[in-house]
Amino acid sequence: MIKFSPRLTQKLAWGFTWAMGSVAVLIMLLIVGYVLVQGLPVINLDFLFSSPEGGLAGEGGIFSCIVATLWLIVTTMAILVPLGLGAAIYLSEYAPDNKLTHFIRYSVELLAGIPSIVFGMFGFAVFVLALHFNYSILAGALTLACLLLPFLVRSAEEAMKAVPSSQREAAMALGATRWQTVTRVVIPAALPGITTGIILCVGGAVAESACLYVTMGGSAGMPTSLLSGGRTLAVHVFYLAMETNALDKAMATGAVLIVIIIAINLITRWVSRYLQTRMKGGTSYGV
Amino acid sequence: MEFKMQTRKLEFYYGKVRALSKITMGIEEHQITALIGPSGCGKTTFLRLLNRMNDVISGTHLAGDVLLDGQNIYAPQVDVVEVRKRVGMVFQQPNPFPKSIYANVAFGPRMLGLNNKAKLDEVVERSLRAAALWDEVKDNLGKSGMLLSGGQQQRLCIARVLAVEPEVILMDEPCSALDPLSTLRIEELMRDLKTNYTIIIVTHNMQQAARVSEWTGFFLLGELVEYNKTGEIFQRPKDKKTEDYITGRFG
Repeated sequence: MIKFSPRLTQKLAWGFTWAMGSVAVLIMLLIVGYVLVQGLPVINLDFLFSSPEGGLAGEGGIFSCIVATLWLIVTTMAILVPLGLGAAIYLSEYAPDNKLTHFIRYSVELLAGIPSIVFGMFGFAVFVLALHFNYSILAGALTLACLLLPFLVRSAEEAMKAVPSSQREAAMALGATRWQTVTRVVIPAALPGITTGIILCVGGAVAESACLYVTMGGSAGMPTSLLSGGRTLAVHVFYLAMETNALDKAMATGAVLIVIIIAINLITRWVSRYLQTRMKGGTSYGV
Repeated sequence: MEFKMQTRKLEFYYGKVRALSKITMGIEEHQITALIGPSGCGKTTFLRLLNRMNDVISGTHLAGDVLLDGQNIYAPQVDVVEVRKRVGMVFQQPNPFPKSIYANVAFGPRMLGLNNKAKLDEVVERSLRAAALWDEVKDNLGKSGMLLSGGQQQRLCIARVLAVEPEVILMDEPCSALDPLSTLRIEELMRDLKTNYTIIIVTHNMQQAARVSEWTGFFLLGELVEYNKTGEIFQRPKDKKTEDYITGRFG
């Protein structure tokens, strides 16, 4: 075996990791760049603010899809965030370390590995058929909440567990109850991690298509309530690519998706920073 | 005379391992009591039993009584939160919250439902003054407590405890992470505080015990070997083991 000097090994390692890092960034730029270059020229106000008209040429725009996507995100998060944070708080702060909680954690991990279309079939059977929600935003949001719940629980729990126990002890030694410790010390400190988890869930909701196709249906009409069906942007991309020859519009829809995801990312980060400073401070001396 | 706090045949177990055996000890009000002994002798475990901080460690149990003003704090009807308000604690590593100096001190009072801004301001100032930190931070109360020096952080933690107006303050090696000057300031502070509070301090530093305390208890292998006036312990120890320890023959 050839022996390299430590200095050379260091250089090789640096070069290798640098190259891999560059490849990863390059691939990302290539995909995003390709979609944006292909898609952006097609986008205009008419495309954004008119609804799909169907047909082989994929006539019309994407307005109802944008609306359906936003409805879906809001509804999903309204169901998912309280559930996910509640479960994470229980697991991180209250649950004793025993067989039952190990089993719960194991199940959560297992759930995270199940393909989304399986969740889709579950949602179709339970929410669409058994509960008579039909193809609807509500059925889609409930299904998505089930799909994303394990991930959110896991990431929020990790974020809370990363808060040093000396912080909890400090609060408890001051006479804080468990709940006060959680709300006034643990959650503020874990907020950046929790927010990242939520951002990734929103991204997952926007990107998901298969399990929504079987729970929200593919109707391109404008949703009027939680019980109307709808077609999200991701499903619309799928539809345009498979059922029409309007590949340019599929790319344009993809470009809109990317822009929305970036926007959500920025907004969530801003909200998190705002919340954090408010929870930290709240003083009469400024800050 | 009635003791402020008292333990009677206190035993504590981590699982099956006995960490403390039959500790009977009385703590005088408005005095400083030091607990000394080598690492692992049970002095920190003992201290944490005095405000039930060991409750959260699973797989532990205790026998015997801990009395605060004659009342057993481990009695079933006692509210643990109430106990911790009356018996505050300062930890080995300064652990301010990642909040402003003001919010750190106001944490306890706010938790107890005090939201009146003028009253909070008053409590914050009074506590910071009592902890000898006010003059250094009064213009920067919005600054994060994490940005203070180690010694200032520990005084902030003391101010945070004082704001809850406890009767007893437990200090778990409060100076072990601090430089000699900061240590001196904390010791001065302890002497000021004992007029209003009863202080129990765990320390590795025998000079510190000799300097600040009226009473000293020597722990070894989970037992209270000797407990007496500090002067007696350091000048005329009755037990051979105490003498060996304070003369530096082991530990």
